[in-house]
Amino acid sequence: MDTDALLSYNWAIMAPEFTILGVATLLSVLDLFMGKNTSRRPLLWMALAGVAVAMAFVFAELDTDVTSILHDTYRLDFFSKAFKILLLLGGFLVLLLAADYRKKELQEYRGEFYYLFLTALLGAMIMASSADMITLFVGLELLSLSSYILAGIRKKSGKSNESAFKYVVSGGIATAITLFGMSYIFGLTGQTNLFDVVETLQEPVLLEHSFLLVFAFFMTFIGLSFKIAAAPFHMWAPDVYEGAPIPVTAFLSVVSKTAGFIILLRFILLTFIAAAGIDRDPLLVQVQPYVIVLAAATMILGNLGALRQRNIKRLFAYSSVAQAGYILVPFVSNSTQVFELIWFYLLAYIVMNIGAFACLQTLTRDAGSNDVSIFRGLFSRSPWLASAMTIFLLSLAGIPATAGFAGKFGIFMGALGPEPGHYVLAGIMMLMTLVSYVYYFNIIGLMFFRSGGTGGRRISIAPSIGAVLVFCAIATIGLGIMPNIALDFFFGQFDVNEFFMNTGHNH
Amino acid sequence: MSSMLLTLLIFSPLLSVLILLFVPSDDEKTLKMTGVLGALLPLIAAVTAFTAFDTAESGVQLEEVYQWITYEVFQANGELNYSIQYHIGADGLSMILILLTAFIAFLASIASFSIKEKLKSFYILFFILELGMLGVFSAQNLFLFFVFFELTLVPMFFLIGRYGYLNREKAAWSFLIYNGIGSAILLIAFVALFMKSGSMAFDQLKAVFALPEADLKEMYLTENFRMGILIAILAAFAVKLPVVPLHTWMLRVHAEAHPAIVMIHSGILLKIGAYGMIRFGLGIFPEEFKSLAGVIAVLGVVNLLYGAFLALSQSDMKKVLAYSSVSHMGIVLIGLAALNEYGIQGAVFQTVSHGLISALLFFLVGVLYNRRGSSQLHDFGGLASQMPVAAGLLLAGGLASLGLPGMSGFISEFMAFLGLFEVMPVTAAVGTIGLILTAVYVLRAVLGVTFGRVKREGTVYGADMTAAERFPAFMLLAAIIIIGCYPALLSGLLGATLESIKLGLGG
Repeated sequence: MDTDALLSYNWAIMAPEFTILGVATLLSVLDLFMGKNTSRRPLLWMALAGVAVAMAFVFAELDTDVTSILHDTYRLDFFSKAFKILLLLGGFLVLLLAADYRKKELQEYRGEFYYLFLTALLGAMIMASSADMITLFVGLELLSLSSYILAGIRKKSGKSNESAFKYVVSGGIATAITLFGMSYIFGLTGQTNLFDVVETLQEPVLLEHSFLLVFAFFMTFIGLSFKIAAAPFHMWAPDVYEGAPIPVTAFLSVVSKTAGFIILLRFILLTFIAAAGIDRDPLLVQVQPYVIVLAAATMILGNLGALRQRNIKRLFAYSSVAQAGYILVPFVSNSTQVFELIWFYLLAYIVMNIGAFACLQTLTRDAGSNDVSIFRGLFSRSPWLASAMTIFLLSLAGIPATAGFAGKFGIFMGALGPEPGHYVLAGIMMLMTLVSYVYYFNIIGLMFFRSGGTGGRRISIAPSIGAVLVFCAIATIGLGIMPNIALDFFFGQFDVNEFFMNTGHNH
Repeated sequence: MSSMLLTLLIFSPLLSVLILLFVPSDDEKTLKMTGVLGALLPLIAAVTAFTAFDTAESGVQLEEVYQWITYEVFQANGELNYSIQYHIGADGLSMILILLTAFIAFLASIASFSIKEKLKSFYILFFILELGMLGVFSAQNLFLFFVFFELTLVPMFFLIGRYGYLNREKAAWSFLIYNGIGSAILLIAFVALFMKSGSMAFDQLKAVFALPEADLKEMYLTENFRMGILIAILAAFAVKLPVVPLHTWMLRVHAEAHPAIVMIHSGILLKIGAYGMIRFGLGIFPEEFKSLAGVIAVLGVVNLLYGAFLALSQSDMKKVLAYSSVSHMGIVLIGLAALNEYGIQGAVFQTVSHGLISALLFFLVGVLYNRRGSSQLHDFGGLASQMPVAAGLLLAGGLASLGLPGMSGFISEFMAFLGLFEVMPVTAAVGTIGLILTAVYVLRAVLGVTFGRVKREGTVYGADMTAAERFPAFMLLAAIIIIGCYPALLSGLLGATLESIKLGLGG
């Protein structure tokens, strides 16, 4: 590669990534030279501004045609743009949560927190734009390594250390499994570019070895399901969520999970879409029953696990496992709606879950405890906070007129639409939604039916948290009543062929 | 503007919610006034809508259709749009139930005066509930119906759990879980219908399912599919109605919730079950409904007899009334199963009539409970000597309940049985035993309370009913007698709707 070629690339399409990278670098340098006792607050505003500018770049790029640079490793299509919007939105809201996080220890390491956060976000964004196994993996690792440190950022807290350690070990295993699976694909095709892989997989000689491909599918799928906390790799979630500071927990359960779904869609769907499995049947149809079992198991384990939790962070960990199970349903139902359904549900999930975490953060700090009883009598102490939390919980439970319902409704459409309909899977999802009523409404019940709590004291809500709450509540209700605001945006630009066709070369 | 009339009607309770938000929660007088005026508003709107309604014309009137949500689904043969409209309107059946809802909700808002604490949130929830109920009866597509249907679930959960008697929370939970199961089944059935037929609007669904068998097969709408969906829909509404053995939640709610809530619950919410069966069961699947008629008739008789027998052995007045509701809902099923004009008309009449009668009786029991702190039969007696007005009303309500000619209960029972005798004389004959039992349990309860000795020496019931208590009771009684003496009031409204149902049944 000579300089001319390098210069000829349309680097402008990477503007969002460069913004985040630049801000992260700047922050790390600034943090280094700032005095020990200087407030790190300006760093927060810079990080927020960086995310906002990156978001603006993504929107500015909306009309850009499909472009791919760097030998097709980096690709800007609507898929990547749509999901980057989700990542940046989630990242922005989580940063606002962090603005109010006052645990002393975090204060000490604040600078680190901000730039690690940004590098994690950068990793996720690279994943959204990758069309090559190498870049996908680099993005995945950048996200993972940054999150490992974030989970353990409260250095002096035993829980936080435990959380980080468990995360590193199980994350490492999952990554190894993914990589192992990818090596099979490389071994079979000799390609790392996903579009080339798809093409090579059509060669007759490879059809004789399709069992290896099925094996590769399982390895990569299971390895990647770690990031979304789906069964069988879900057990890290409760422990890590419990130990990590709440902004990090929110990041893991929302942004990192979104990134997990991005890589699942991009890698699994693209690679295996036309691949033949054993006996030359389409591979994705062949493995469908197993993925259905995984999705069902994720929903069941998440929801039943959440039932028994007293610790609110663990409860939300299980709840997020359950939500991942719901989002897997369109993935397995082989519907062409899979992109819109997952995108919309993730959007809904971002606003409702970060909203809930904003409430959690305020409450756990106020009460100094993570027990679910901190919700007791919240309505009489702080009616607005209780009402906001109720909106988020209703949305998580999938009650109509909330974003969660609109998302779930779409998922049902995807599951029951194509012939033959997945009635059993839809039934399990519905049943598990009912189970989730028990723990979500239990919290609502504590807020409204019980009295007590911390001595009738009023709870003060920090301005940044207040902003998150208001935004998330309005978005949750707004997307519930007018889901078309988001859906039309998606349908207006999305083209399923664009995702699967290697167009937009730039060399 | 008459074209917006129904929308204004449905959402008129929201205005009161907004006003209530600004009323201080300790200003009891203003709260009560806002509550009553707020409930009067939908009543006025409903009457206005009624005057704009042309009873002679068949079909849906006052229609409003707006595009709402569109899902684009990519398919092999091009793109397919699944769109959902905001589609409301009213035919005769809807109009009757809308009037009933507005009427009973207005009276219940007065009956709520006995609530001393947390009145503000009570009225807020109350109005959201009313919005949901009005919406359920006006919705003209499945999606909208479901949204409103679920919208009644959440405020009702709070209303039961926060206001009421000792075990109210348990009652709220069983309400939530049972109705949640019902909604779950309903949602799956609705989505499956939507995806297979491509539409959610009632009129379009009706048209689709009236197509010849060969066309239906082509759309994957096989006989098994249709039967499955019908059974799912009937099962979902059987929870709501309720049909034995799915009735236990309803007993708890009736025994534990506040009388004003029970008025609404037994007066209107149970009627959604009957409405759903008529609208979706009979309306969309007339052929399949026919083949299930025998089963439904037997279930109806079981309900009738089971409720009556158990009402006979209850010692708590609220339980007597609750079982009596179970029993009376059996008559709705009996009427539906007859599948002829008399039967269906009887079912609708019973729906309305029971709404009024049970609202009256539960209200009176609430009045007595306030004075005596108990609703056990053995705590009462000789009421007529101390509270002549209350005793008189109770007696009148009891007589209406057992079907005294000249009151609404008589007409509905008479017609339902007339209908069933025509087609299933044996089942109908068994059912008539229930009518005798009804007379026995009603008289046992009512006479024991009104006449006889004042039990426990020195019992003082306190003052007779106040003006605020008399008003709802007399209004209800007036409605019962008017319908009883002049049933053409209802049948005139219903005529055109019945015609179209009969058309579906093949004359």
